[in-house]
Amino acid sequence: MEHNPPQTHEDAQREFALTLSGFSATDKPEYEDYSRCVHCGLCSNNCPTYRLWGREADSPRGRIRQMALVDQGRLEIGETFVTHIDRCLNCRNCETVCPSGVEYGKILELARAQIEQKYKRPLTSRLLRDFVYRRLLPRPRRIAAAARFMRFYQSSGLASLARATGILRLLGLQDRERLLPKVDSTFFFTDLGKTFPAQGPQRARVAFFAGCVAQVTFSELNRATIRVLQANGCEVVVPAEQICCGALAAHAGVRDVARDLAQANFHAFRADDFDAIITNAAGCGSTLKEYAFLFAADGPNRADAEKFSAKVRDISEFLVDLGLVAPLRPVPMRVTYQDSCHLVHGQKIREAPRTLIRAIPSVEFVEMALSDLCCGSAGVYNVTQPKAALDLLTDKMNHAKQTKAQAILTANPGCILQLRAGAAIHNTGQEVLHVVELLDRALVKS
Amino acid sequence: MDPRVVSELKKLLGAEAVLHRPEELLLYEYDGSVEIARPNCVAFPRTTSDVVGIVQIANRYQVPVVGRGAGTGLSGGALARQGGILVPFSRMNRILEVDAENQRATVQPGVVNADVSVAVAHLGLHFAPDPSSQRASTIGGNVSENSGGPHTLAYGVTTNHVLSLEVVLPTGEVVRLGSPALDSPGYDLPGLFVGSEGTLALVTEVTVKLTRLPEAVKTLLAIFDTVDDATETVVDITARGITPAACEMLDGWTIRAVEAYVHAGFPVDCAAVLLLEVDGLRQAVEQHAEDVADVCRLHHAREVRVARDEHERALLWKGRKNAFGAVGRLSPTYYVQDGVIPRTKLPDTLRRINEIGTKYGFEIGNIFHAGDGNLHPIILFDAREEEQFRRAVVTADEIIGFCIEMGGSITGEHGVGMEKDRLMPLLFSEDELNLMRRVRDAFNPAGLLNPGKIFPTTKGCGEIHVRPLPVAGASRA
Repeated sequence: MEHNPPQTHEDAQREFALTLSGFSATDKPEYEDYSRCVHCGLCSNNCPTYRLWGREADSPRGRIRQMALVDQGRLEIGETFVTHIDRCLNCRNCETVCPSGVEYGKILELARAQIEQKYKRPLTSRLLRDFVYRRLLPRPRRIAAAARFMRFYQSSGLASLARATGILRLLGLQDRERLLPKVDSTFFFTDLGKTFPAQGPQRARVAFFAGCVAQVTFSELNRATIRVLQANGCEVVVPAEQICCGALAAHAGVRDVARDLAQANFHAFRADDFDAIITNAAGCGSTLKEYAFLFAADGPNRADAEKFSAKVRDISEFLVDLGLVAPLRPVPMRVTYQDSCHLVHGQKIREAPRTLIRAIPSVEFVEMALSDLCCGSAGVYNVTQPKAALDLLTDKMNHAKQTKAQAILTANPGCILQLRAGAAIHNTGQEVLHVVELLDRALVKS
Repeated sequence: MDPRVVSELKKLLGAEAVLHRPEELLLYEYDGSVEIARPNCVAFPRTTSDVVGIVQIANRYQVPVVGRGAGTGLSGGALARQGGILVPFSRMNRILEVDAENQRATVQPGVVNADVSVAVAHLGLHFAPDPSSQRASTIGGNVSENSGGPHTLAYGVTTNHVLSLEVVLPTGEVVRLGSPALDSPGYDLPGLFVGSEGTLALVTEVTVKLTRLPEAVKTLLAIFDTVDDATETVVDITARGITPAACEMLDGWTIRAVEAYVHAGFPVDCAAVLLLEVDGLRQAVEQHAEDVADVCRLHHAREVRVARDEHERALLWKGRKNAFGAVGRLSPTYYVQDGVIPRTKLPDTLRRINEIGTKYGFEIGNIFHAGDGNLHPIILFDAREEEQFRRAVVTADEIIGFCIEMGGSITGEHGVGMEKDRLMPLLFSEDELNLMRRVRDAFNPAGLLNPGKIFPTTKGCGEIHVRPLPVAGASRA
């Protein structure tokens, strides 16, 4: 196709003037935010998708430029725009390295909110997104029902049958099936509303944020987190009315659902009653800390959001600030740590998990190359973009293998699932644990 | 452009490796500079033979070919000024061989500069040229622009660290220039090709020299209450025969932008800081650091800090290396200039830059490789206002004019590209430019490789007035 670039300033101006902004007025990337990008390009080598494909359209700078072009009316919110915005992991590594302080995660979510408003996805995609973000995640009972169905699949022999007959392979699903979490025998839902007393003198009173899907697949991680908190002198309350944090919905641009969930959580956690609201999921924590961003600066919910977020702490951050007092027994093990993106890039917490790991006697800690590069899990990314997710995982497992660590530690349930799948696919024989699970193992149990 | 170019490229590279739709091309009209130019298509090679194929197609249809690394350049070097095929090397990014004993590595052009040093750090080696963009910019781009960086003061620029090149000539021939040995007989062709800004050939493989990491490094931050004190310190340090590994200056205005980002403890109320580094053998380094600190104090440094550990050192450098980007916090568009003066003229030049800024109504930040007199004045402007952009360009030109008056040059390391071609006649006579044109024509007679760069076009000096505005801030929202 013939295309003549504008050769004069006047041509360029004429081109800009063709149409009005392609964004609708609400929830849109704002000029003041995206124009902080001075297209220096220093982010590109830190962007997992740019590293994979080497395309400007899949780099942070290129994605921001596409948003600017839409705002200038030079690009439509069509298939191309949606493809490249969808392909972003939202890992926010670019934010960490951006010298101009572009808040990329924020403008990306707003770009996705625009897609949600202005673009009609294919029917199946629409139905699926509607089901997951609007009907499943916000409803604990439905999560439990789905989990029971999956548990049946996993324990009845159906799963082994599917694997043995090669049906999964035929459908191209064999790797995806490995990503499926093992459903818990006792859901964490049964612990909602309980209060767990501090061991020894009480040093803090905290509320525990239990997650949504984590309550059927990471119940043991949740219980381990509570044990570690108790052992370090915390009374732990698990508010009964709590609900999904809305992170997945917000990342997908479904901001109305995220807002509803946030408001439900303001109500469920009376922030004034606690020293902190604790989460063991970096992805949830990042959203919980940024609830204010969901609400207009002058709107009625903003103050609630700020009050709530001010109390949110990642478990590693909280424990390091509080100081470990529980006696720890030696755990002779060589371990490495994979930074969870929404901890290191979203919440800017790099040292705390490492500090905790080093606090355990006899643990030999080795850094892994590029540990702060996304493993490909990225919320639901490994479901929506399986090829890219598995390619990123391959690189990740190569680095993990080189450390010769027996266990890979991380700070987020999604990352754990992805890395476990990686260890299985690439046969590294490495155990994958949350940092707090290793701490739990080291607790001297009475 | 003939539509068959795209179909032939697709046949050669696969459809996925060729971009040609307008919305795709819009993402290749910019780089790190304020320049704008859009290619007709973009082709991603993976191998040298892909590059040969691309060049052959370009020849057949007589369309321009422009190489591109990471697109971090500051002079529009990697933009297709006259359209044609843009060739990003982002998928040719493998380190092919590391020969630790002989201190060299062979890499594809798309390998990121910093990744080379990371890959050989465990061997006690590094790749010395360290442009501030090193975290993202590629070896191929560094070679094309002959990039420098803070440590070029002691270590030299890219050309001093390139042993040999594999290049694809515009005719499609593949030749290897230079040799892995430190010196090769005959013409110094790598020397000619490094810094040729993509006008002589496309680079497909680079053998670089690796340098031992110094036994000891000391990084000092000297804080001054006047700019003159800082610049006079630089002149004095070098006059005493001390060659620091790096000698960088940031003025107070820049420091305030940088500190907001790195929180390195840069004093935001000072007029200027010098970031000085000495390296070498442990004992010598201690002594040199003392000497440098003494000279700073002699020139009324308010304080001289020495980084206590690697963490503090990294923090100081993070501030310097991210300085340009950090300016984005102050203004969405800015114009970084790149001029050179003899370092003894530093105090005069900075005073003059300040005057020029006042005259045109701009605040100008200054950040530069003070040791080698390489200035980077930063002019903030609002790209939404055309008049401001024009005024910024006039301001920059006047600064460059003064650099030349002082016996300096129009660019230290960013290259001429499409930014400064019109300024070349200020530095070179027509005969000298013609000699350079003849060199170009010897390799690139049809002018298909990166046309419209380095040499002033016939449009002459008026051209600046019709180039499109930078787009970052051109929104009408």
